[in-house]
Amino acid sequence: MDIFKIIDKFQQIDGDAVGRLEYASRRHFMNKVGSKLASVAIPTAFAAVVNKAFAQSAAAVDVLNYALTLEYLEDEFYKAGLAAANLIPASDKTIFMQIGKHESQHVAFLVKALGDKAIKKPTFDFQYGGAFGDVFTNYKTFVTVSSALEDTGVRAYKGQAGVLIGDPQILEYALQVHSVEARHAAVARRLAATLLGLPAMKGWITGKEGAVPAIYAGEDNMTQGGVNIKGLASKSDAAVTEAFDEPLTKQAVLDIAGPFIKA
Amino acid sequence: MIKHTNTKHSSGNADSEITVVNRRLFLRSAGLATSLGTIIIAAGCSKDDHPMIPGGEEVNLGSGDIGVLNYAYALEQLEAAFYAKVVDSFYSGATDAEKAILTDIRDHEIVHRDFFKAALGSNAIKGLTPNFDGIDFGSRAAVLGAAKLFEDTGVAAYNGAGRLIKDPNYLLLAGKIVSVEARHAAVIRDLINPKSMDFAGDDIIDMNGMDKAVAPGDILAAVKGFVKDMINGANVGK
Repeated sequence: MDIFKIIDKFQQIDGDAVGRLEYASRRHFMNKVGSKLASVAIPTAFAAVVNKAFAQSAAAVDVLNYALTLEYLEDEFYKAGLAAANLIPASDKTIFMQIGKHESQHVAFLVKALGDKAIKKPTFDFQYGGAFGDVFTNYKTFVTVSSALEDTGVRAYKGQAGVLIGDPQILEYALQVHSVEARHAAVARRLAATLLGLPAMKGWITGKEGAVPAIYAGEDNMTQGGVNIKGLASKSDAAVTEAFDEPLTKQAVLDIAGPFIKA
Repeated sequence: MIKHTNTKHSSGNADSEITVVNRRLFLRSAGLATSLGTIIIAAGCSKDDHPMIPGGEEVNLGSGDIGVLNYAYALEQLEAAFYAKVVDSFYSGATDAEKAILTDIRDHEIVHRDFFKAALGSNAIKGLTPNFDGIDFGSRAAVLGAAKLFEDTGVAAYNGAGRLIKDPNYLLLAGKIVSVEARHAAVIRDLINPKSMDFAGDDIIDMNGMDKAVAPGDILAAVKGFVKDMINGANVGK
């Protein structure tokens, strides 16, 4: 690894980091320097790029404020869960601290990027109107809600990809968050499977099985790219549906998230 | 940058090139250097410094969205072949839970592979010839280390290809698959280091809480040790 060569390349393109980020080479920069070294140095410039792009696309502002709503929700949920006494066992704390850290980072990034266009943090009711009344006292409920929130997040981001197709850099950021939510979902689902004694519940979504039917509606779809792939490669319906995660519309997500949001 | 005259005949420095690749392959599959960032940077430099390895016909992925789909098809072929080999003969000591997970993942990758083949029809590239010589399939650490590398690479590849796709239907399809690859990555990572932060570790997720997004050229350079064919992705998405 020749870090000096990489830095040298940047300087050939543009000596100024922020300026460079705003032009064509920012992609090159992100790709070549996957190291912490680089990401530590440029978060503000990062957000500035997004901010600039927002000024050009009202659609992106809408999508990212929608994302921010969900990230606020997740961030607050994990903060409350981690703060609750005797909720998360010591063995699982590391997992939820890591998930919570990412949600805080997503919020911070979006708030900075949106600037004065960022929506205010809503007030949340994590008991979901009473349905999850013991969410911060019963670990099983907490993990179930965690897996449901993460799976919803995956579907929500996926549903917005097409809206961002004209905004390649914002699209890429959204995809980079989307796959992190999927990593969270997989681990939360496996914890839930063990806790709830559901061996059929895996890191991936089988058919439309799940704790909250609305969150998994349509996950049993077997038409991909206009082609019915039932029985493809002689694989079971379970395998075929697991192999593809499905999107949710903004409205469907807001209907699911609605009871969490008091104001 | 990449100059070779004939893929069928070794050039003068081919032997030393192969040694370099074997060493890298070993490091990767041994799980000693499986941070994707390290590999991408290493591969990115090697691309500039060394010619490609001769050996086999060049496979051209094509241009535009077809190129992106063929790029995905190529990666899914490698993943499917890898897991098929894993499941054919599990490493010693594999638990029932591990076998179930690896079998599930194999099936998902085969579905992905066959889906792309069907979707591409006559535009599909040929079946690739994988090269897993550097992977000790009898070793849990080697198999899971390689699986982690393949899954993280798949995630970064789809994330990086998204912006190259012009048809929103194809973009959605890529989105439907990439999150499944990310689920695989998290589960494999959790098998390697249970209940740790590694499922979405700081080695792969940046300080904005974002996964990697890597361009096709860098991904193809990173995986070229695992495939005997020479893959030309120069026009993917263009």
